[in-house]
Amino acid sequence: MGRYLLRRTFVLALSLIAAGLVLFVLLRLLPGDPSAALLSVGADEAQIAAAREQVGSDLPIWMQLGKFLSDLARFDLGKSFVSGAPVLPEIMTRLSVTLPLTVASFLLAIVIAVPLGIVSALRADRWYGGLLSAVSQLGIAVPVFWIGILLIWIVAVKFRLLPASGFPMKGWEDAAGAFRALILPVVTIALVMSASLMRYVRSATFDVLGADYLRNARALGASFPQALIRHGIRNGAVPVISILGIELASTLLGAVVVERVFALPGLGSMLLLGIQQRDYPTVQGVLLVSTLMVLLIGFLADVIQRLIDPRLRETVAGR
Amino acid sequence: MSTKRFTAQILGLASAALLAATVAQADPAAVIRVGSLYEPQNLDNTAGAGQGINEAFNDNVYEALFRLNDDGTVAPVLAEKHDVSADGLTHTFTLKSGVTFHSGEPLTAADVKYSIERVTAETSKSSRKKSLSAIEAIETPDDKTVVIKLKSKSISLPYNLSYVWVVNDAAGDITGKEDGTGPYKLADWKRGSALSLEASDAYWGDKPANAGAMFSYFTEAAALNNALLTDAVDIITSVQSPDALAQFEDTSAFKISEGKSTTKQIMAYNDRVAPFDNVKVRKALARTVDKKMLLSAIWGDRGMVLGSFVPPTDAWYEDLTSVDAYDPESAKALLAEAGFPEGFTFTLETPNYDPHPITAEFLKAELAKVGVTVNIHVITANEWYTKVYQAKDFQATLQEHVNHRDVGFYGNPDFYWGYNNPQVTELVASAEASDSDAQQADKLREANRIITEDAASNWLFLYPQIVVSNTKTTGYPVNGLNAQFFLRGITKE
Repeated sequence: MGRYLLRRTFVLALSLIAAGLVLFVLLRLLPGDPSAALLSVGADEAQIAAAREQVGSDLPIWMQLGKFLSDLARFDLGKSFVSGAPVLPEIMTRLSVTLPLTVASFLLAIVIAVPLGIVSALRADRWYGGLLSAVSQLGIAVPVFWIGILLIWIVAVKFRLLPASGFPMKGWEDAAGAFRALILPVVTIALVMSASLMRYVRSATFDVLGADYLRNARALGASFPQALIRHGIRNGAVPVISILGIELASTLLGAVVVERVFALPGLGSMLLLGIQQRDYPTVQGVLLVSTLMVLLIGFLADVIQRLIDPRLRETVAGR
Repeated sequence: MSTKRFTAQILGLASAALLAATVAQADPAAVIRVGSLYEPQNLDNTAGAGQGINEAFNDNVYEALFRLNDDGTVAPVLAEKHDVSADGLTHTFTLKSGVTFHSGEPLTAADVKYSIERVTAETSKSSRKKSLSAIEAIETPDDKTVVIKLKSKSISLPYNLSYVWVVNDAAGDITGKEDGTGPYKLADWKRGSALSLEASDAYWGDKPANAGAMFSYFTEAAALNNALLTDAVDIITSVQSPDALAQFEDTSAFKISEGKSTTKQIMAYNDRVAPFDNVKVRKALARTVDKKMLLSAIWGDRGMVLGSFVPPTDAWYEDLTSVDAYDPESAKALLAEAGFPEGFTFTLETPNYDPHPITAEFLKAELAKVGVTVNIHVITANEWYTKVYQAKDFQATLQEHVNHRDVGFYGNPDFYWGYNNPQVTELVASAEASDSDAQQADKLREANRIITEDAASNWLFLYPQIVVSNTKTTGYPVNGLNAQFFLRGITKE
């Protein structure tokens, strides 16, 4: 396991560097000059030159890359071209919205999807088993922003139960306000996420139900719930965890849409604005941090799987 | 007395109290909650902060020597007296007494000098930098007097100074803080979400009608509208599409005001290149577009059709919609005269955000009627700057020009659209050297007539400036020139 962790960490670091390079190159392949974000109609040649100098787009690309890498080595993500503010602290502030949003949605989705998925598998022959399955199918088909708009319309505009959008200016210092602001976005993401998650839990449960070890456990005298809890959940959890890892990662990235619908000052809205303004340091910073988080999630999912399932530890990949 | 009757009486009293409350006067302690789509990128208007900073700070946090009023007139603010020498080259401004910055320091002539030089500095990204290029030197003989020496006469100097925030010369970097003389000071600013202002106790002038303001920023128009619907904000500063207005039809809850913006949707040709170097071709295309229909497709019954580049809030405005009015038949004849009886094909550089793509599709259909084929090429705002504005590598483009008093762009042959008429260049220059506002207006009116007769560009329509508020909030500016949003007169019951 120790060697595995070491190897896996090495792969993680390598992926991060590769992602950084790809980002750097891709951004600069886009047409247009980033200095335009600072200018308006009426700018003269001297102003344009000064803006190019300020954002560094007047330097040859290899010099820009050198500066990017040396800054990165010092954990410095640079300063925004547009606002002049350092990118990393801004990302941290934005994460105080995006992380709670993602994690809460994820947990809520698990709370909804796991029991319902198991029930819909165990009771596939009953009407409600079929109904649950149908509803989850529908949930997969509906786009997340549509659910968001619908929830805003019903809960916030019609019944005025929760705020339609925004986040308190004081952030988590106004804990009640922050909490209320996140309820609708969390429910929105969790509903959509639990729909697909439920399908995975359902099929994992089917696999477990048909497994020999479950029958053997029953034959050895365990009751059905005992057998399911003692052997079934642990076995069924292995494939579900890798799905969970992927789901969590895509929720983090998918928060862009939900943050926009609910006007939340999170990482997603920062990225979107950065792209619109061709603010390279912001876009690079946000994407690097999100890439790091996605890689970390994958890392954790792999490690947890190996903790649960001793067989994986002995496979070639797990050596 | 039975419990029932007692309850009824209490209810009666309560509703009477409620009624009294609704007719109550403006609440001086109210904080005006403003919803906006224009988040400032930083707090310095010379550092590429975007129009959002003008909205939040102009005349609210920072004042200038002069103010551009909501009706387009210019009035003195920090300048008590303004004398012009006989040759028009020396302007002497006497500053108001008793004015202090929010930091407590008194306003001096040195601050004004510093503030003007901030805008004209090498590193300044202000779009107004060029308009102050006539300034030769700024002198400060004493603390209350600022003398501006000009290289050439500049009738627009007070107007141009209305864009120059007076900043404390000791303030340093103001991208993240402020030190102005305005009725409000910055209370808090949270990047990505909100900015709050509170009334300054030490303000030299009349106290504002409210205690402060809270700007909440949105990236999505739907979220902005929802904020007003759910009473999370009192007022939204600009509605971007008429579709949203249906939600605010309930006149007992909401008020919709339509003012005159200065935002002009235009199709600019590259007048340097064929076939657009031919005035007949340009006139023909102007006559081919049914602007009324285009406007109603985009804005319903709001906004107005443009006959020239000048909006009604400029003093030299006149209705020129009859020059090259909609007339596809005569357009065909003109094209034939110009040597294009079968039409021609050109590429239209179209910014990828609303309303440009819709306008482009509409123009494509209209121009097809006279045999002209439009290839729509969609570009980002960023590409527009590099390809169209800087490299001038285009045939025609769509753009919204937002500035007030910007017809002078046609007097600059190096501008991106390359319109070059020496007579116009001379008129624009001599208008600036006028002795009176009336003379300036006459010259610019004359210049604009020539530009219009030359069909230098295809001026399509003027956006409406739509502000929606709840019915409790009154006293806000309706035109919002230069993206300004004066807060001091706004009251809330």
